[in-house]
This record gives sequence, structure tokens and C-alpha cells, in this order.
Amino acid sequence: MATAATVHAHAPQGFIRKYIFSLDHKVIGIQYFFLAITAVFVGMFLSLLMRIHLVWPAATLPLVGEIKPETYLTLLTMHGTIMVFFVLTTAPQGGFGNYFLPIQIGAPDMAFPVLNMLSFWTTFLAFVCIIAAFFVSGGAPLHGWTGYPPLSALQSAGPGEGLGADLWITSIAIFCLASLMGALNFLTTTLDMRAKGMTMMRMPLTVWSWFITAILGLLAFGVLLSAGILLLMDRNLGTSFYVPLVVVNGQIMQHKGGSPLLWQHLFWFFGHPEVYIAILPGMGVTSQILSTFSRKPIFGYKAMVYAMLAIGFFGFMVWGHHMFMSGMSPYSAFAFSLLTMCIGVPSAIKTFNWLGTMYKARIRFQTPMLYAIGFVSLFVSGGLSGPFLAQPVLDIQLHDTYFVVGHFHLIMGVAAIFGMFAATYYWVPKMFGRMMNETWGRVHFFITLLGTYAIFMPMHYLGIAGGTRRYSQYTEVAYLTKLMPLHQFMTYAAIITIAAQFIFVVNLFWSMFKGPKASDNPWEATTLEWTTATPPPHDNFGGVTPVVYHGPYEYGVPGAAKDYVMQTDPVSVPAAH
Amino acid sequence: MATYTPTRPIEHLDHGQKPPVPPAGGGGDEGRRDGGPSYGARLRRARLGLICAIATVGMVFVSLTSALIVRRGLPTFDDASRTYFRDWGGVQLPWVLLAINTVILLISSLTMEGARRGLARRAALAPVQSIPGVSLGAERNFPWLGVTVILGFGFLVGQGMAWADLRSRGFFVNTNPDSSFIYLFTGAHAVHLAGGIIALLWAGITSLQHKPIEGRRIVVDVAAWYWHFMGVLWIYVFALLAFAR
Repeated sequence: MATAATVHAHAPQGFIRKYIFSLDHKVIGIQYFFLAITAVFVGMFLSLLMRIHLVWPAATLPLVGEIKPETYLTLLTMHGTIMVFFVLTTAPQGGFGNYFLPIQIGAPDMAFPVLNMLSFWTTFLAFVCIIAAFFVSGGAPLHGWTGYPPLSALQSAGPGEGLGADLWITSIAIFCLASLMGALNFLTTTLDMRAKGMTMMRMPLTVWSWFITAILGLLAFGVLLSAGILLLMDRNLGTSFYVPLVVVNGQIMQHKGGSPLLWQHLFWFFGHPEVYIAILPGMGVTSQILSTFSRKPIFGYKAMVYAMLAIGFFGFMVWGHHMFMSGMSPYSAFAFSLLTMCIGVPSAIKTFNWLGTMYKARIRFQTPMLYAIGFVSLFVSGGLSGPFLAQPVLDIQLHDTYFVVGHFHLIMGVAAIFGMFAATYYWVPKMFGRMMNETWGRVHFFITLLGTYAIFMPMHYLGIAGGTRRYSQYTEVAYLTKLMPLHQFMTYAAIITIAAQFIFVVNLFWSMFKGPKASDNPWEATTLEWTTATPPPHDNFGGVTPVVYHGPYEYGVPGAAKDYVMQTDPVSVPAAH
Repeated sequence: MATYTPTRPIEHLDHGQKPPVPPAGGGGDEGRRDGGPSYGARLRRARLGLICAIATVGMVFVSLTSALIVRRGLPTFDDASRTYFRDWGGVQLPWVLLAINTVILLISSLTMEGARRGLARRAALAPVQSIPGVSLGAERNFPWLGVTVILGFGFLVGQGMAWADLRSRGFFVNTNPDSSFIYLFTGAHAVHLAGGIIALLWAGITSLQHKPIEGRRIVVDVAAWYWHFMGVLWIYVFALLAFAR
């Protein structure tokens, strides 16, 4: 067995091998994390421009000038794409998953370190590619993050649908390849590199969530890749997979016979599992944190695992509920509707188990816990509007309104972001060796929680009142004009909430360098990452291979000297006298 | 000192499964030096990774197949006659050429298997050969790997000839949906097969660099199973193009 000294000697010393093209999963995790932070600020800036334009449509804005309707659609497209792919998919899985999955199962690294590095740099290339779309002739595309043809399949369909749209599709295709490489690595690592004693049912729920997410990614991104290739062929080789006979600006296009619905089926077969790819890691980290800060075992560990598996399984069978508006057969719609509501069952199991974990607990209300509770709150608030939209009859009324925007932002966007915040406050001490500022963490939490509810809850009322989405101006139609005060309220809330995110950034960077030094186990948690040094050494455990004797959430153990048992504690541990 | 017995002893936590075998040591950047995983562990991991890769490639072809089935069933609107009609088209495939290509690929699968087994044997005997004074005699090694690469290139050239034949008869990628899907499926398969050839060339380069045989054996083993999958996939594509158009 390698000693700590020999392993330390093998750690790469040069700057480029150590920080740029590193094979160390921890460095790669941090690279993903900072890529996602960069992306989230780009995405947030675009949303700010949209919100300002909706309220002050005549305003000339910095960097973009006057916002035309097509510019608004560009902002909408790029906001959605960047947020879904480069934030919601990148940070929870690529960032925290990469850093902590090997450590939590007691492995020294990922199964394929070179592939891991390639996966990150391919993601980076995809990000560069999509940002480049802003700067090419015609600008970025305007077909929405869902890229529906014929708009996305015709170069002459609008500004941005030329080279900008090609770059958009290429970026997505590259991202698919990167995600597939990552998923392959996550699955192999989890299945084959667990430490002795780390049975599947002793894995932390975070590991389960990354594992199930990887399965979803492995099966879903291949379909999006295929769909993207067909779209590129329609655009550049003159095929007609998606494009029917269509007239653009009085010109009959050469395409005929294709089906835009074919794209919708392929896209949403990926798109719905993508929702769970974004949210499952948040569920995992929430479970981890709720148990740790409640000082109680997670309520129903096995039920939590099976619920996540069920959510992943059903996630592949409900894509049609995004297409009720497409003229779907009522029988198909009924099947998709029923299956969609089935997802409510495992989701409810998870929610009740989270509440059960906190019930009668002596909760430590520190910032990670606040964010985990915030996650549960947003998951419930956003999730409860799901069964409404799962009804085809209601969905046809609500689909193109702000109701849907409010729903998916709460459940998929902000809930997942809260999962990331919880993970950041929880794991930054381990990653960088320093604690984050608790006071500013709480300030950040309360402003963000109230702010996000202030932005997205009114959208539900707006939608019920008939407030259409995707429009750049609401000043020409009388009934929409009456809804403007609500828009103004949401815009003010957005400005305050976005401003509050700078508290987080300052706190993060200040703490990384100046925060109080973290001990090896500042939260008194039980999983393997807290058994090793802070920050972990190059091989994670300093040449020692951990052996696991306990489940991941043994808190409040009666008779023990302390109120928790680490996973590596021996079978018999000293009891209190 | 009093001792605490956990509420759930370790032996009751297995849920009927044997505890997993622990990794043999470190990994990561220095995976092949001291502290690196054992040869068996690396091979197992590589095969596991391959299963995941095959699942992904399978999903790509499943989605393309569903696209074919959907597109084939769609009527097309004719602007002139204001009616719907089927525009699927009917492309006569170069059956003889494709059959020859199929035979080449199947033979290459046999040679690939020869390379895999030969290298597995040499890897198993490597520790014996390293003993001073021990010789296995003048063993002649047939260049299975080289033959496989040549056959693989032969298959790709054959597919290129099939494309040229289609073009010479006026069937281009955008001629009709039938020709679009023929180019799409054969092209997608060729790209994946080219990936297998790159893996084999990589294995050849490592043999020239006199790196340990274990590493080469892992590359060839995984490439071989991938290659067999490519053979099965081609038969699927061929059958799809033959019977499902």
C-alpha cells in the first residue's frame, strides 16, 4: 500500500498540471464550480435585462442598447440555455459530484481521471461556443432554450438564426458529449470503487443522487445529441427531418414533409429527465444536510433511495406532458398525465421524510441548514403547481402563460439553486479549508428566499389572469396593461435579489482566503469526507484506504459518547460514562 | 470502559449482498505507479465504462430509429395539387457492396477476437517470461490487431464506395427522406467504428513504446468488445435499412 509520503510525492507540482489540466477530481470539481458561477452571473444578467425591459420597454440599457422584440427573444433563449446546461447541470453534478463522490465512497479518485479532465474541458469548450454566439453576425439565436423548429431549423427565419443558431446547436452537442463522459465516469466510480464496507445501502444519499443523475444523463443526453445532429442537417444539408413545407418572408423553402413534433418528442425525451438531472443532486444534499443539522438519522433512508429511483424511472415516461398543446391524442395525453401525477408519490415520500427528519429535532439553524429547509420549501411550492399542469385541460389554458414560468423556476431553477447554495455553505470549509461567514450567509439566505418568492409566486397569478409569456412588451393590450404593476413588483424584487447575490460572492471569495480556519469536521457530520484532512490531500485519505462500518446518518445514537457515529468508526465505540 | 454496540451491527447491514471488494490502493493522477489499482481492477473498470458507453451509443441509435419510424409515416403536403402524399422516396441500395462490407466487418470481428485472446494469453504469461532462464520458445505472433485495423479501414472504404454509388445514381443526403436516413445511419455507424479504429491504433502505438503489456491488453480488450458491438450494430442498421424503410 502506498504511504502518505509517497502519494504526496506523486501529487503534480507544476502549475498547469496542478490547476489547469489537472487529473485530480477535486481540482476538476472546483473548475466546474467556478465555471457554473461564471455562467450563473451571465444568465442572471440576461434575466435582469429582460425584467427591466418588461417594465421600461423604451429604456436604453448598457451593453445592449435598445431592446427590440427579437433582442428580447435572444436574451430569453440564452438565459434559459446557459442556466439549464451550464448552471443547473454543471454545478451540482460536475462541481460538487466530482469533488465529493469519490471521497464519500472512500475512493482516491474517479475511475477515469483523464476522461474526467476531458469532460470538464469539453464543457468549457461548449460554454465558449455558446458565448461566441453573442458576437457573430446576426447575434445569438432567438428560438428559445427548447429550440423548436421550424424557427430553429431555418437560417433565414430571423436574426440570430444563422451562425448564432449553428453555434448554439454545436455547443449543446459538445455539452452532450461532455455530460456523457462525466456520466460514464460517475457510474463506473460508484459501482466499482467503493471502499470496503461501503455497500450500496450505506452510501450517503448525495452519492445515490449523483449516481441516479448519471444514469439519467447517460440515457438522455444521447437522445439530445441525435436530435441536435438532425437539426444541424436540416439547417446545413437541406434535409427535412423537422421542417415541413414552409414559407419564410414570402419565399417557399426547399424543405417539405418534416415534422416539428419529431423534434419536440426527441427534445423532451431528454428535456424531462434533464429536470431531474438538475434537481436530484439538490435532493441528495438536502437529505444530507437535514440529517446532519437535525442531529437525527434521515427518516426512511431506503424509502429515500427508492423514491429517487422511482423519480428517475418515471422521469423517462412523461415527456409528452410538455406537448399537450401540440394536438396530441387525448389517449396519449391521458397516459402522460397519469404517469406525471405518479411522480407526485415519490416526491411526496421525500418531502414527508425530510419533514420527519426535522420533526422533534434539536435543529442547528446554520446557513447550510437554512438553505436545505429553503430547498424543501421551494420544492413544495414549485411542485404543487405540477399536478395542475399535468392536467391536459388545465395545461392548454396555462401553458403559454407565466404560470409555467413560475412553476419551473421554483421547482427546477431556484430549488436546484438552493441545493447548490446549501452544498456551497456546507462543503466550502472542506474544499478550501476555511469557514464562510455565518452572519452574511444568513442575510444572503433570507433576502434570496423572500426575493425568489417575490419574483416567482406572482407569476402564477399573472398566468391565471392570462399573462402570456415570451412577449417582450405588454403595453399594447388593455388586459395585459392592467397586469403591469405585478410585473413592476417582480422586477424590483429581481433587482434586489440579484444584488444580494454579490453578498454571496464576496462572502465566498473573502472566506476562501480570510475566513476562520475550518477543522476537519466542523459540522460534526458522519460521512467519509469529514474523516480526512481539510482540505483533503491529493489522494483524499493520505495513503489510507478507509473501511466503513456504519450507515451514513447515525446521529443521536443512544449511549454513545458523542451524538454521532462516523462511518469509519469501529463497530464498538466508547460509550458515555 | 463501557462499550457501545451500534443499533445496527455491520453483519446485518449487507442486505443479502457480499461487502464489495475494496480498491487495491490509490488511483488518480498516479494510477499506474505504486498505490495504483491492480490490473484486474483496471480491466474491470474499463469494461464497466464500456458498458456505459455502449448504453449511450445504443440510445443514439434508438432515437435515430424512432425518428425514422415517425418520419416514414408522415404525409407531405404538395403545394401545387393542395393534397397530401407520401414523399418517402425509394432508394435502391447497393446490396452486393453492403453485403461484402458486412462480411469484411464480421471477419474483422473474428480477427479482433484473435487479437484479444492472444494478448490476454501473453499478459497471463508475462510474469512467467520475466523469470530469468524461462523461455516459452519461438512463439509466432500473428498480427491480428494489424489485420483488424486493415479490415476496419476496408469496411469504411467500402461504405464510402456505397455512398459514391448512391451519389452516382442521383441520391444525395437531401434528395428524399429515405436517402437522408441511409446517409444518417451509415454515417453515424462509420463515425463510431472510426472511434474503434483510433482505439486500436492507440493500442498499436503503446506496443511500439514498449509500455507494460497489461495496459495494452486493457485497451485491446475494451476495443474488442466495442468492435463486436459495432458488428452487431451494423447488422441492426443493415436490417433496418433492408426491412424497415
